[in-house]
Amino acid sequence: MLANALLLALREIRRNVLRSSLTGLGIVIGVAAVITMVTIGNGATAQVTSDIAALGTNLLQVRPGQGFHGPGRSRVSAAAFSVEDATAIRGQVAGLKAVAPVAQRGLQAIYGNQNWATTVAGTTAEYLTTRNWVLAAGRAFTGGEVRSGKAVCILGATVKKQLFGGEDPLGTHIRLQKLSCQVIGVLAAKGESGFGHDQDDLVLVPLRAYQRRIAGNTNVNMIYVSARDGVSTSKVQGDIERLLRERRHIGRGDEDDFFVRDMREIVGALTGTTRVLTALLGAVAAVSLLVGGIGIMNIMLVSVTERTREIGIRLAIGALEREVLMQFLVEAAVLSSFGGLVGIALGLAAAALGAKALAVPLVLDPGIVVLAFTFSAAVGLVFGYFPARRAARMDPIEALRHE
Amino acid sequence: MISPAPPAPPAPPGPAGPPTRAPAAAPPLVALAGVTRVYGSGPAAMWALRGVDLTLRQGEFVAVMGPSGSGKSTCMNILGCLDTPTAGSYRFAGVDVGTLSRDQRAYLRRDSLGFVFQGFNLLARTSALENVELPLIYRGLQAAERHERARGALAAVGLTGWEDHTPAELSGGQQQRVAIARAIVTRPAMLLADEPTGNLDSARGHEIMALLTGFNRDQGLTIVMVTHEADIAAYADRVVRFMDGRVEADGAGGSA
Repeated sequence: MLANALLLALREIRRNVLRSSLTGLGIVIGVAAVITMVTIGNGATAQVTSDIAALGTNLLQVRPGQGFHGPGRSRVSAAAFSVEDATAIRGQVAGLKAVAPVAQRGLQAIYGNQNWATTVAGTTAEYLTTRNWVLAAGRAFTGGEVRSGKAVCILGATVKKQLFGGEDPLGTHIRLQKLSCQVIGVLAAKGESGFGHDQDDLVLVPLRAYQRRIAGNTNVNMIYVSARDGVSTSKVQGDIERLLRERRHIGRGDEDDFFVRDMREIVGALTGTTRVLTALLGAVAAVSLLVGGIGIMNIMLVSVTERTREIGIRLAIGALEREVLMQFLVEAAVLSSFGGLVGIALGLAAAALGAKALAVPLVLDPGIVVLAFTFSAAVGLVFGYFPARRAARMDPIEALRHE
Repeated sequence: MISPAPPAPPAPPGPAGPPTRAPAAAPPLVALAGVTRVYGSGPAAMWALRGVDLTLRQGEFVAVMGPSGSGKSTCMNILGCLDTPTAGSYRFAGVDVGTLSRDQRAYLRRDSLGFVFQGFNLLARTSALENVELPLIYRGLQAAERHERARGALAAVGLTGWEDHTPAELSGGQQQRVAIARAIVTRPAMLLADEPTGNLDSARGHEIMALLTGFNRDQGLTIVMVTHEADIAAYADRVVRFMDGRVEADGAGGSA
């Protein structure tokens, strides 16, 4: 009986291709929208997660000032850190893998007749560990170079490309303001961060060289702290806060004039946000799928009226009520599942284009494809049932008389 | 042009008859007894049939005549198992149709009845072959047998070579032939024709009648045909006249 209904339904669909494709169009658009939205949303989530993982794992960022400015407050008034603060953290907080004090500013880097505006950061060798940097060539700072403030530098991939192009920079000298330093290493490229910032656009020099020859002071703007695997970052955060309050003589009840930010919280907040956005977009798209279903019901109802006489013929010839019901149901289900398949193809194509345009990875989720297809077929069955029942319950005599 | 079939009160059952019961003591194919059909109720009730008694033997060719509103269409609907009597009984081949469910009546139409309409009632944008196949699909026949039988039926109505044409590409006479092929492809016991020549010119009408007469004579197909035209009714063995919901006259063809 199902095979018969399928045969009859397919003949009916073929008989009126235009009406059939219009019927399925709503579902095509609905399914395509769901697939596109969810796929791009998943891509964005994956992008954000991997960006933040690239910032460094178990990473805490310690800065002077306040994380969030309350009314009438400003971080300008907060004193900078010193190298001793970093050393104290290293010595007195348990469970740390690396601590890197950083002082940085924007500068022109000059090599031969090339120059490039970049960020120069004075720091220690542990900086590479805290921020998950890998060397593409050369070596990191030695302990001696850091202690003595030797004029050496490590280039980010962007700086290397801008100043040297295809040339090998190792051993050559570049000029940073008054400081001429020898290139000893090149960092492997990380690409853009999730915030649209080129992470490879930087030059690293030993902190002491930076302070003496570039900044002219002993300030440290920021301290990166990397906890050992398995160590609770919130405990480390608490320890650092206690230590710095003591070192900065902040009285009981006074607010911190520095803040410690756990990068894991940012990961959680950002992936949470993109997930919610994905779910919202998917829900909006699902509404369009529902509208597509109502479109099917609408056109099927019109088509049942238009085909009244045909239904009368079928009933007179000896079609059973349930055979007519089945035929119309199968028609609706075939149209909507076919619409679903076309929608999946369109949606994946649109998602691929969108992912390329937004520079997010294409994350294919077979679950959502299966779900969208199942849902579209179900929409056809549910919204096709009412028109199909109306067709099946027709009085053959009335139906045959219908003009 | 074509002489009407001679009056034959005891209609001889065809030797190669349709697959209906034909033992000696077989009940009549159709037996209407006191059939009444009332539409609506109370003072607004419309009495379409007021006690019709009618018996048809297998192999008869009966013309049904009468002015509009005389009850002949209602009677045809009841004969075709599309409608059931309000009172009285309708026995088809011994089976009381009044006690059958809607599905059982559909099976009866599918297996034993064929319909030909004034307006042809073919499926548009569907080839002649697929139109003729339609009742066979509902019978659940396989594609190969379906095609073969549909082609055979189209050949029997003289439409070999027109299988792939849609109704829009066929003349009125050809469309009615397709409709007849669709009605006889299931080899029914009885063919119900509602003014089969009503939409055709006289020459086409007589061609259709020659075709129907041939099926009646050669295959013993029982035919009940509604018509307004005396020269069309003259093809039948027997003419039943309706008036005001009753059978007013029932006699041999041409004489009634």
